[in-house]
Amino acid sequence: MILFFRQIVAMALKDIRVELRSPVRVFGVFFFSLALIFMVAFAAGSTTKILQQIAGGTLWLGILLTSSRSLDQSFAIELDEGALEELVLWPVEAAAIFYGKAIANALVLLVVACALTPLVIAVFDTPIRGEFWQLVLFLVLGCTALAAPGTLLAGITSRARGSSVLLPLLLFPLVVPALMAAARGTTVVLEGDPMGQSPGWLGVLVLFNAIHWSISGVLFRFVVEEA
Amino acid sequence: MDPTPAPDAHGLVVDDLARRFGQRWAVARIGFTLPRGQACMVTGANGSGKTTLLRCVATALKPHHGRIRFAKVDLWRQRRVVRSRIALLSHATRLYEDLDARGNLRTWASLGGLEADIPDLLQQVGLPPSRTDPVKTFSAGMRRRLALARVLLKRPDLLLLDEPFTALDPEGRDLVIRLVGELQAQGTTLLVATHLPAVAGRLCAHHIHMESGRITESTLPNTVKGAG
Repeated sequence: MILFFRQIVAMALKDIRVELRSPVRVFGVFFFSLALIFMVAFAAGSTTKILQQIAGGTLWLGILLTSSRSLDQSFAIELDEGALEELVLWPVEAAAIFYGKAIANALVLLVVACALTPLVIAVFDTPIRGEFWQLVLFLVLGCTALAAPGTLLAGITSRARGSSVLLPLLLFPLVVPALMAAARGTTVVLEGDPMGQSPGWLGVLVLFNAIHWSISGVLFRFVVEEA
Repeated sequence: MDPTPAPDAHGLVVDDLARRFGQRWAVARIGFTLPRGQACMVTGANGSGKTTLLRCVATALKPHHGRIRFAKVDLWRQRRVVRSRIALLSHATRLYEDLDARGNLRTWASLGGLEADIPDLLQQVGLPPSRTDPVKTFSAGMRRRLALARVLLKRPDLLLLDEPFTALDPEGRDLVIRLVGELQAQGTTLLVATHLPAVAGRLCAHHIHMESGRITESTLPNTVKGAG
C-alpha cells in the first residue's frame, strides 16, 4: 500500500516536472481562455448587471474548453516514446498511474483557474461579495471534477486517431452536471449568496467528485492493460 | 515425487505459443526451453516474429495460444507479480523527453520503490551525471544508454533485449556486452533479438532463428518449430 501511494506521488511529480520544464501547455491554454473571456465581455456590452450574471459561467466555459487540450496533452508525453507501456511493465499499478496523472491534471487546471479568476473579476466588474473560501472551494472542486473523468477519457482516446476531437465529444456531456454546479456556485458566491445556495452546489460537486474519482480509478486498468 | 527439478524447470519455458495480429499469425505455435541464467539470441528477418515473441514474454502482449512460464510461474496469469522481475529493452526508449537523465532515472526508481545510486548508474553507462539538459537533446545512442541504465536499475531475473545494439557505436556495443554480461553472471536469463549475430554471439551461447513466425533453427532444448 505504501508503494501504491509512492507511485501516485511519483507519477504526479513527474507530470508536474515535465510541465515546469516545458510550460507550453499551461501558457497555451491560459491565453486561449483569456481571449474567450475578453470576447464574451466585449459581446455582452457594458451593462454591469449582465456582466456580473455571466462572470461565473464564462470563467468555467474558459476552463472547460481549455481542459480538453490540456488533458489530451497529458497523455501525449506517455505515448511519444512508449512510456505508458513501460509504466505497465515496470510495474506501476494502473490506479496509481490514473491518480498521479489526475492529480497533476487537476493542478494544471487549478493554476489556469487561479490566473483567470482575478481577470474575470476585473473584466466583468464583479467584486467577490460572498465568502472567499467558498470561491476557492468551487475552483478546487470544479477543477478536480473535470480532471478525474477527463484523465480517464484522455487515456481512452489517446491512442485513437483524432483524439483531440474525440475527447471533448466524450468529456463535455459527462461533466455537464459538475460544470453547472461550479458555474452556478461561483456566480452565487460572487453575488454574495443572499439565499445561502452555495453549500448545495458544493454538495453536488463533492458527490460528483466522489463518484468519478472512485469509478475512474477502477476503470483505468482497462485503458492501459490488454484484457 | 522427484525432489530435484529438471535442469530447465526454473528457466524460461515457451510452450506452444501463438499470437496473431488480425488474420496474420506473427508467432505460430512455437516452443523452446531456455535454462535459467543462460542467454539466447533470436535472429530472423524483419517481420519474422522476434519482437512479438519478446513482447509476449515481457507480458506486454497476451498470447492467443499456449503459455509462457519462468521459474515455474505462468507469466500472463501472474503478470502483476512477475513484471517486477522482467525487463524489456525495446526499440522505443520509453523515456520522458522533457526530463533530464537523472530526472528520468529518479522517476523510474520512485515508481518501482527502488533505491539506487543514480549518478553511479549514469557513469556505468557512460553518461555524465552532471548533465541537466532534457533527453530530447540526446543523440539516439545516448538515449539507448539511458534506457540501459534503467534496466540496470531494475536488476531483472529475466532480461529481454530487442535490437540492443541499434544506434550504438562500437564502444557502446562493448558497454552493452559488458554490463549485460555482468547481469547474466549474477543469474539473469537473457533473450536477445538482433540483426547482429556476431555481436550478440559474445553474450549468447544459444541461438534460434525465426521465419514467418516459426522457428527454423534452434540450439535450445525442447524446441517446437511451429505450425505452418
